[in-house]
Amino acid sequence: MSTSTLSAPGATDLPWADETRAIADRVRRRVLALTIDRNGCYLSQTLSSADLLATLYTRVMKLGPSEGAPIPPPFRGVPGRDGARFGEGAAYNGPQGAGYDRLLISPAHYAVAIYATLVETGRMSPEGLEQFNVDGSTVEMIGAEHSPGFELTTGSFGQALSQAGGIAMARRLRNEAGRVFVFISDGELEEGQTWEALQALAFYKMDHVIACVDVNGMQYDGATKDVMNIEPIASRVEAFGGVAVTVDGHDVEAIDRAIAQTPHEGKPLVVLSYSDSTRGIPLLQPRKPHLHFVRFKDEAEIAQYRAFAAEWQARTTQEA
Amino acid sequence: MELVSQVHERNLVEFARKRPKVLVLSGDLTASTEIGLFKKQLPEQFFSMGMAEQNMLSWAGGLAREGFVPFLHTFAVFLYRRPLDQLEMSVCYPNLPVRLVGFLPGVSTPGGVTHQAIEDLSVLRGLPNMSILEVGDATDVESVLAVTEQIPGPVYLRMMRGQIPRLFPKDQPMRLNRARVLTQGTDVAVLSTGLCTEEAMRAVAAMRQRGVSIQHLHVSTLKPFSDPQVVEAVSKTKHGVITLENHNVIGGLGSAVAEVMAENGVGRKLVRLGVKDTYGQGASFPYLMRKHGIDAQALIETTERVVGARLGIGAEDLAAVSLQATAGASAERLEAL
Repeated sequence: MSTSTLSAPGATDLPWADETRAIADRVRRRVLALTIDRNGCYLSQTLSSADLLATLYTRVMKLGPSEGAPIPPPFRGVPGRDGARFGEGAAYNGPQGAGYDRLLISPAHYAVAIYATLVETGRMSPEGLEQFNVDGSTVEMIGAEHSPGFELTTGSFGQALSQAGGIAMARRLRNEAGRVFVFISDGELEEGQTWEALQALAFYKMDHVIACVDVNGMQYDGATKDVMNIEPIASRVEAFGGVAVTVDGHDVEAIDRAIAQTPHEGKPLVVLSYSDSTRGIPLLQPRKPHLHFVRFKDEAEIAQYRAFAAEWQARTTQEA
Repeated sequence: MELVSQVHERNLVEFARKRPKVLVLSGDLTASTEIGLFKKQLPEQFFSMGMAEQNMLSWAGGLAREGFVPFLHTFAVFLYRRPLDQLEMSVCYPNLPVRLVGFLPGVSTPGGVTHQAIEDLSVLRGLPNMSILEVGDATDVESVLAVTEQIPGPVYLRMMRGQIPRLFPKDQPMRLNRARVLTQGTDVAVLSTGLCTEEAMRAVAAMRQRGVSIQHLHVSTLKPFSDPQVVEAVSKTKHGVITLENHNVIGGLGSAVAEVMAENGVGRKLVRLGVKDTYGQGASFPYLMRKHGIDAQALIETTERVVGARLGIGAEDLAAVSLQATAGASAERLEAL
């Protein structure tokens, strides 16, 4: 079996890695602030995936500059009506032509993590995030293909990997260089379609498809292992014809190395990014495994998180 | 009446040869969906997707986003029943030019309940951005691919295969959202679609010989459903309107006609002939047409009730006016399921 585990590196921090970690940290803080402000958000998903997303955006993927409006325009209609076209949110990931990578978001519930990453990587203005979950905005709570950073409509889970196969096949038919990254949540591995997709990606030797799974071990009802076991993921992926690589989802250098260095010629690569859904906010740990949508129970708790956020901000400023 | 073989098989190759963006995706029923020739002649435009329809639907969406026009081939029922969510979210919402070529619609398969798409129109008419076409003869089959080119979004197509009759002149192609007016009349309006049109034509011919004046429309666009000829036809009838379809009476042609009549204030009696809100069984198409009352005889009996007169048409009379006794879908050879 070609599954490999890349351990955390030594103290060989590179400048890019420092910057990427700082971005992930700011993504977490920004979404915590939003969670306090709105008293409810998909916070835990952001905490678990921030390092992976920041690594993809800042280090791994070849993306051009954003072509989206700094402040996203209001929702103008569903594709096919009112002049709206499919996939408009992808403009925030830059041009889609030959040579560029693509990022397809599968778990639309991670939208706030995507938006905050766009803000922290200069692809959307901070004011854009203020429209989060505001009626008439495209910065929807569960994003769709008009939302910043989204190319597909994937709130119903398990469909992005198959769509990535179609997109990757089309790029191959055009002899167009460029990889297709798919960001997936671990709960989606329970959907049968995920395995149909992997089977087809392997059958067509789609080694330009790279699926990055945020394995935070959580889903709506609780811990994934108690709701519907999906382990052993790596050997299942390998059995379906992919190459699996397991990494610490908070080690940005390991994530980068896994994608850059894992041999997977003729096979799709599946990066299993094991993560902690309370990363950066230990206050949340007692709530595990019920973290699907974080909401505070009373004013006292909100005050507690406000104080934590302020302390976090001060600590970061001091370090800087 | 002429019988033609493998019409789609040859037509699709001709269509795609000039259009490199046209791809064929097969759901493991290549020979049974008349794409064997395509696979041989245009192998670079052919992709085997196996028995994995959910993946196939979403995959097709991905291809269509990139400018390709995938034509998915499998039995009608497998294109929407299992992968409905994928069809809606990966194809319909983004309004992508994915073509679903569904074979063996309604009860036209001996495959039984698992293979019989009796509620496809009912399900799919409710999907925003979706267009729905159904062919009724060889001329329809030859021209339907060109019709799809006028539709920027997804298309569901109830297709015919094997030996099929030519009911309409070869030089009169199918038109989008435009029924074929087969006969003019004022006693009764008959609207039929798909395989039922051949049955309706036989019944209408026999009844006209008995002096019944019938406006007969062959409907090949089920969605959109805004053809002004429909309102004209139902408005001018003295006795009533009859729809005949190889589909559940709920949600298909009959329902579409009912909506048009109600919205236009056409106060006529409407009788919907179709599968009466029940599942099917494994049996021959003629047997099932008779059992579910969607054949020529059923149309005659219904017309008698609507006009309030016995027409005295027996099976031998029907046979005498039949377009060709051995013709049509009923003569289709048994193929692999």
